[in-house]
Amino acid sequence: MTNKTEIGNIPKEKFEFAQREETLHDVKLDTKPIGYFRDAFNRFKRNKGSVVSAIIILFLLLYAIITPIFSPYSATFLDGYYSTVLPKISAKANGFWDGARREKIGESRYDYYTAMAQESGYNPLRKVYGTALSEDRQSTVYDVKLDSYYKVGCQFFDLKPDAYNALIEYQNKNNIQVIYPMTDASKRPSAFTNDANYWYRTSGTKGKADKDANGNFVNIYMRDASGGGAGDIDKYDSLRIDGDDGTYQYAVPNQTGYRVRVCYYKYFEYVNGFEPCFVFGTTGNGQDLFGALARGARFSFILAISVSLINMIIGAIFGAIEGYYGGALDLIMERFVEILSGVPFIILATLFQFHLANKVGVVPSLLFAFVLTGWIGTAGTVRTQFYRFKHQEYVLAARTLGAKDARLMFRHIFPNSLGTIITSSVLVIPGVIGTESMLSYLNIVNLEGSGTTSVGTLLSAGQGLMTTDPHVLLFPAIFLALLMICFNLFGNGLRDAFNPSLRGSGE
Amino acid sequence: MEMFKYVVKRILLMLLTFFIIMTLCFILVKLLPLTNLPQDPALRDIILARRELMGYNKPILVQYGIFLRQVLLHWDWGIGETMYSGREVVDIFAEKLPPTILINLYSLLFSVPIGIALGIFAALKKNKWQDHVVSTAVMILVSVPSFVYAFLVQYVLSFQLNLFPFQINSGTNWLSPSMFFSMIPAILSLSFGVIAGLTRFTRAELTEVLTGEYMLLARAKGLTKGQATVRHALRNAMVPILPMIIGQFISILGGSLVIEQIFGIPGVGPLYIQAINVRDYNFFMMLSAFYTFIGLAATIVIDISYGFIDPRIRMGSRK
Repeated sequence: MTNKTEIGNIPKEKFEFAQREETLHDVKLDTKPIGYFRDAFNRFKRNKGSVVSAIIILFLLLYAIITPIFSPYSATFLDGYYSTVLPKISAKANGFWDGARREKIGESRYDYYTAMAQESGYNPLRKVYGTALSEDRQSTVYDVKLDSYYKVGCQFFDLKPDAYNALIEYQNKNNIQVIYPMTDASKRPSAFTNDANYWYRTSGTKGKADKDANGNFVNIYMRDASGGGAGDIDKYDSLRIDGDDGTYQYAVPNQTGYRVRVCYYKYFEYVNGFEPCFVFGTTGNGQDLFGALARGARFSFILAISVSLINMIIGAIFGAIEGYYGGALDLIMERFVEILSGVPFIILATLFQFHLANKVGVVPSLLFAFVLTGWIGTAGTVRTQFYRFKHQEYVLAARTLGAKDARLMFRHIFPNSLGTIITSSVLVIPGVIGTESMLSYLNIVNLEGSGTTSVGTLLSAGQGLMTTDPHVLLFPAIFLALLMICFNLFGNGLRDAFNPSLRGSGE
Repeated sequence: MEMFKYVVKRILLMLLTFFIIMTLCFILVKLLPLTNLPQDPALRDIILARRELMGYNKPILVQYGIFLRQVLLHWDWGIGETMYSGREVVDIFAEKLPPTILINLYSLLFSVPIGIALGIFAALKKNKWQDHVVSTAVMILVSVPSFVYAFLVQYVLSFQLNLFPFQINSGTNWLSPSMFFSMIPAILSLSFGVIAGLTRFTRAELTEVLTGEYMLLARAKGLTKGQATVRHALRNAMVPILPMIIGQFISILGGSLVIEQIFGIPGVGPLYIQAINVRDYNFFMMLSAFYTFIGLAATIVIDISYGFIDPRIRMGSRK
């Protein structure tokens, strides 16, 4: 009560006019308006799992794009000598991811590898953990860490004269011993007459080393009385190994040129210009797995993204027409969709392969098969959105103002379904990649000869090597699993992000 | 009566769809060049006679008429040409069906209880760590293609731990214990996906039901949380779950192409893949019909069972 009287008693001069000169107008909003996509992005950012998976997808995408460009191994690179070598992160790696594996080997193999190390200096036995007696207590078993690159050792090569001369020139220039003396075929163990690594005297057929009294290997190098190298044609004039008195023979002439014995690790370096090092190892036929997987991934990505884009366009148009016009047209189109979606995809893919693979190629026919039924899901969501929005007042207003059907459909109603379309398009990608891998794994889609590979092809190649070389299966399997998990997480995040009813729910 | 009409309508529509798909499939297959005949003159004569009977040099639609007559009246799907030469396609198919059904049945019996139990557990512990663990596991299992964890199962259980044989036993003694034992890796690989799907579905349904107002009423009238969940929430949540399980039961016939291939199960899947690889069109037709039918039947059974279980949907069908 007292307040009221006080207010009533305020003297007149204490009042002053506000805004006497100014005109009244609305105050501009201080905050920036948040649009639909901005809002969605804000919501997406809060979903940690989705953000992480988006980053991983980006990373895998970059791997698929960049690796084939910068990989030192071309798409056609095959190295039969280095088949199923183990993953090696860098040429000098030691200890972990170093292309070596713990194995148990017998006595003669142990000799074989030590002799290899003694001759070329590349020791396949990274580490010897210990020895044990074999089960029959007759021989020793060595528990060793075996380098899968060095254990290839020496190989015989038939070189043409110019290739032979180029190799000799390389040897002289770089002072690297690549060619080693030829061995006497008659002195190699009878079970391994074609093995270039027996440069030492052996006894028995199994290749047990026959050492001298001091426990040293006794070499079985070929000798040439003339002290030359390759017969009488031209003298071998290059590096010689230690202990060579000038009579060792380094090459044997044959019909096309020379047969030589080279240390394969060094020969690989000579041919390719870098040391062999396969980050994911190699496949059963000696293909670089790191590059092959990237090429397979690139193929999968390109296929999936194109399918997703085409589906989006067809689905949007089909769904828009269906949903907008409704009635009999909708009924007919729905029947059509029902029939199409009743066809199991595998039958569709097979029929397309039967009919089109010879005419337009394997990959386009696979793409057609995916596109033929893939848009159904998108069309369904667009149709639902159209049914929801086509009777709203703003559409009526636009129609009253004279907007044509096409404008109403794509300008006024369609943007409402953009979020759901984007989400379903993203979720199409893992589906396509998974199905494509399955089809190529089952060999229903045979990519051989189409110049590309696929994750599924690598998986089926790796399956047979599961027990001996699990890495050939492991990397493609991990890649596929990771990709699928991330895409699904990412898609779910997008779905939540594009759902405006979730606005503010996480705050 | 309303329900009966609805069911009949759905079945007729399904048969129409099936017929159209099969017609298209038949025409597409007949447009392909014929496969080479086997070397053996006796077999060659049999196959030629059979082709003559099926009218292989007549117009395609006439051939289709003959094909339909043979199938509908005599249940005759032709004989194997490039594989199982000279033998009836139907007989071979009947031989291959038992292992497929058996493996999928075992897998379903194994995964349905686990899936539902995990789903209930996750829903009751919603937003607690247990729920997060289950949901993450489900996320991973649903995303990863089944053949990837088939490899994992094979590598870990069969190779590293040496618990199970690598592939299923040979022979046809499907019900023997040792056969069951050798089937376990395949059953496990098949089950992961089903368990994950069912868990996710159950959790979603149950969390929705648990927030319903009648749950509040049930608690208000004095039921404990457990009683309310079992008597009211679970019952209602089962409405959509049950049709899904019924649908699963139908689709077990279809089996899994990849899993059967990996574990060497002599089932329908490998037969189909073989038919595709050696291009035996008679087998291809029969198996395509089989897979299409299974797919359509699963969908329709799900739809109809919804109507039976939930009267609200039945009412809606009148529109």
